[in-house]
Amino acid sequence: MTKQEILDLSFVDARHKLIEIAAFLDRVERAKGEADFRLEAFRSALVELRGTESGMAKRVLLVFSDPTSEPIPAATTKTACGAWPGNKNSLP
Amino acid sequence: MAGQQKLSPVNDMRFIEPHAHMVSRVTDDYRDMAAAGCAAICEPAFWAGFDRSSAQGFYDYFAQITEYEPKRAAKFGMAHFCWLCINPKESENVQLAQEVLAIIPQFLDRPTVLGLGEIGLNKNSRNELKVLEMHIDLAAKHDLLILAHTPHLEDKRKGTQLTIEALKNDRRIKPERVIIDHVEEHTIGMVLDGGFWAGMTLYPGTKCTSSRAVDMIETHGTERLWMNSACDWGDSVPLAIPYTALEMRKRGHSAGIIDRMIYQNPRDFLSQCPKFKLPEFRF
Repeated sequence: MTKQEILDLSFVDARHKLIEIAAFLDRVERAKGEADFRLEAFRSALVELRGTESGMAKRVLLVFSDPTSEPIPAATTKTACGAWPGNKNSLP
Repeated sequence: MAGQQKLSPVNDMRFIEPHAHMVSRVTDDYRDMAAAGCAAICEPAFWAGFDRSSAQGFYDYFAQITEYEPKRAAKFGMAHFCWLCINPKESENVQLAQEVLAIIPQFLDRPTVLGLGEIGLNKNSRNELKVLEMHIDLAAKHDLLILAHTPHLEDKRKGTQLTIEALKNDRRIKPERVIIDHVEEHTIGMVLDGGFWAGMTLYPGTKCTSSRAVDMIETHGTERLWMNSACDWGDSVPLAIPYTALEMRKRGHSAGIIDRMIYQNPRDFLSQCPKFKLPEFRF
């Protein structure tokens, strides 16, 4: 497909999703209390969208990923929260 | 028109659903999948949404997916196959895992059992890894196909790497007989580079969308790659594969490439198990 064809097919949908992200960030800013490592990771991921170098989806996924390589001592939960807490351990 | 392929989604589309948890789905889903062109469904053993209290609970579950679900599928002309294991979410309890692994061999000769799955990791813990290695050993001893789950979200990259290492550490395992599932853009390369098959899971929110799956087909090719819905008791879509076929059509992919991705590739991998036979009936 040409760039023009991809824009014709997907631009409105991608625009919609981008505005949803902007509205989500507005909502977080409006809210009371403190954010946590997830918002920090989210903002780091947004940086990856700058520029035109391909592989953005992969780089965004890696921003959210646990970069370590050793198994953890024990699973204390079954769920994933979407961003690696690092040394912060877990959600508040 | 001469020379033009004429596979239409209504009349000719055929697909295999290689990963669906039909115990969680209603009969209407079987009907809709059959009407959309599904020839066969494969059901990996998974977590029930709660921890089972004993190995006997797994025995009953294995009976359900080897006896009852094939009958539900057969009512709509589809074959139903399954994979057995204790799911990674219940693998922190090594003693329970050992008890479940001990009962699996008595099911392996059943006519619709394809291999072990979905084995793997969830939170990448030491016990999960130990249980994964126990499953790999059982698969090697019985020369079984393997379907490996990979963890969710932030745990996926590390879990995929650990899973690949565990599989590579057992020299009896042939990568071409292993499908590593739930790949995304940051893990598909390491899976394919390792010689394994890769599964893209079309699951809302936490895994892969149709458009991203087609992106990965366009960037990584069609070799050793399949798609599945992994539909279960969560927010999921039993017709995710035909919907992705429509996305491929919109993006100009030929009927032959679509058929390769949604029918021929899963057939080729699964046919490594001699028990995998597709029904004769076609629309």
